Amino acid sequence: MWEYTDKVRDHFFNPRNVGEIENPDGIGEVGSLACGDALKLTFKLDEKGRIKDAKFKTFGCASAIASSSVLTELIKGLPLEEAAKVTNKDIADYLGGLPEQKMHCSVMGREALEAAIENYRSGGRKKHELEGTIVCTCFGVTDREIERVIRENSLTTVEQVTNYCKAGGGCGGCQGEIEKIIEKVQGEKIREATVSPPRREGKLTNVQKIQLIQQTINEQIRPALRAHGGNIELIDVEANKVVVAFRGMCAQCRTAELTMKEVVEAKLREFVSEGLFVEEDKESAGQPHNHIE
Amino acid sequence: MKTIYFDNNATTRVDERVLEEMGPLFCEFYGNPSSMHTFGGQMGRKIHHAREQVAALLGCEPSEVIFTSGGTESDNAAIKGALAAQPHKRKVITTRVEHPAVLSVCRDLENHGYTVVELSVDRQGRLDLAELQKHIDADTALITVMYANNETGTIFPIDRIAELAADKGVAFHTDAVQAVGKIPLNLSGNNIDLLSLSGHKLHGPKGIGVLYVRKGTRLAPFMLGGHQEAGRRAGTENVPGIVGLGKACELAAQSFDEEHSRVRHLRNMLEKAILKKCPDCRLNGDPENRLPNTSNISFEYIEGEAILLMLDKYGICASSGSACTSGSLEPSHVLRAMGVPFTAAHGSIRFSLSRYNTEEEVNYTIEKLPPIVNQLRQLSPFVAR
Repeated sequence: MWEYTDKVRDHFFNPRNVGEIENPDGIGEVGSLACGDALKLTFKLDEKGRIKDAKFKTFGCASAIASSSVLTELIKGLPLEEAAKVTNKDIADYLGGLPEQKMHCSVMGREALEAAIENYRSGGRKKHELEGTIVCTCFGVTDREIERVIRENSLTTVEQVTNYCKAGGGCGGCQGEIEKIIEKVQGEKIREATVSPPRREGKLTNVQKIQLIQQTINEQIRPALRAHGGNIELIDVEANKVVVAFRGMCAQCRTAELTMKEVVEAKLREFVSEGLFVEEDKESAGQPHNHIE
Repeated sequence: MKTIYFDNNATTRVDERVLEEMGPLFCEFYGNPSSMHTFGGQMGRKIHHAREQVAALLGCEPSEVIFTSGGTESDNAAIKGALAAQPHKRKVITTRVEHPAVLSVCRDLENHGYTVVELSVDRQGRLDLAELQKHIDADTALITVMYANNETGTIFPIDRIAELAADKGVAFHTDAVQAVGKIPLNLSGNNIDLLSLSGHKLHGPKGIGVLYVRKGTRLAPFMLGGHQEAGRRAGTENVPGIVGLGKACELAAQSFDEEHSRVRHLRNMLEKAILKKCPDCRLNGDPENRLPNTSNISFEYIEGEAILLMLDKYGICASSGSACTSGSLEPSHVLRAMGVPFTAAHGSIRFSLSRYNTEEEVNYTIEKLPPIVNQLRQLSPFVAR
């Protein structure tokens, strides 16, 4: 059970400003049914450019609904420029804090606000667009968004980033990339690496090499494949040749297999040794596969 | 406020008669069954009696019952123990809808060089036995398939699967944590080699479970130390837990008729009324082969945790397969494996009843739930006003 503050419970059970404003000046829509939460924010300005009214509709858990409700309360009466400065931290603070794993609800509030302001400034035409390049494909989170939550909330671990914007919380395949973004933003080594054994200096024994290949497959490659219903198995290692078999959806999809081979090779070269190359085991490719949809 | 407890697949209330049996074992009869003196030694008889009570419920021999700390330990011990006893075989067959106590163990095996086949299920959560058969080969060490699903209540054709495994000489384990006590089973008449059960799911105490091991099944010991449980599970026996579980099994055997008539009737009442009163909702799971106490319903366009909290305000306890309640960001792996769309998976609620529930409680819930669903839908951006 989540520990919610009285403020969160109050705004969940008695949400303020529910609904949609007719002919609004700005509309912001973020999130989706698939992601588990979504927010539609509408606002109307008065003649002085202040937010006269703001309403919301939210699909999501208690903290998502409470965050949306508080957002409308925070921005009502503010000039647009002031409203634009509201951060996810303001929302969370107003609620007396949110459980760490629920911080993404406050971030969704800030995102909807931004989208609505953007929509207003573009004369009502512009829909919210993602800026930057997608890092987390499971939840559609970009590098720009990740950088921003790190900066605004002084985050230092991948787990925190996941709590704040969901990135890395699906298959986990992008966690390495998130680590790099944290390092870049914070300008220093993060406290602890979650996965990824550092590449060993010097020559590995054969047994060490095979173990490291297996470990890299287990930690770096399989989670991403699993998320898409596939799997990978290490069949053999002969000198620098790594023989693997793809299972499930990966085995049936030719193009995916081509890309996967490259991804696997890149990961093995990064974590084990530069000289490695990957081959698919033809014999096992013909066998029945897991996860037949 | 009165608590209305519809979360009996999570845990159950301990029967007073169970507690009564356990009471004297803390301060009065607290001896160690392994001791030489009469004071401790007499505890062995109590354990023996409990073993007989469990065996009577399962339809097996008392010597085939090993006491463990619960369902998770039983699952771990069965899978790892069966594989360790057949080191030359490297393949395990399971399903995508297993409880994490099985699924996590299997996925970890992949990291140790095992091939794990996860069978998929159809929209009702049913297995394709032909697909299962196709995967069984000479390298297959173990098939592990749950008896009944904890989230949807769907019952798998375990006797048939056990037979398929036995035909090919493959060990078969079933996680029967949700089935034992809710539906009758008789292990003397089928080919199940290993079966896990948990005390607190059948009105017994927490921290006690059983691994049934068919006589002759090869299983490596899983807890090393003393000679307890025939050397398979060392450690001083949890005597109060064991005695409590024994009593709970005896009581469960007596209440099958009630489970099948009264509990099923209450479940059906609740389910029918909800499906009728709330638009855009659907039943998850196999409507035919289902535990008599479980109902899993999805409410489109709203989120499960929000529904639970609103129910909680009225003292109604249920659970959800939504991402927010699972502690992760993904909704229930069971509903996803069944192809339940995200929209419905996030808004799924599980009601699981027991013999302690009353018609009054069902009626109260039927009255309170539809307005909650309406209220949350008014908040939802996906519902047109």
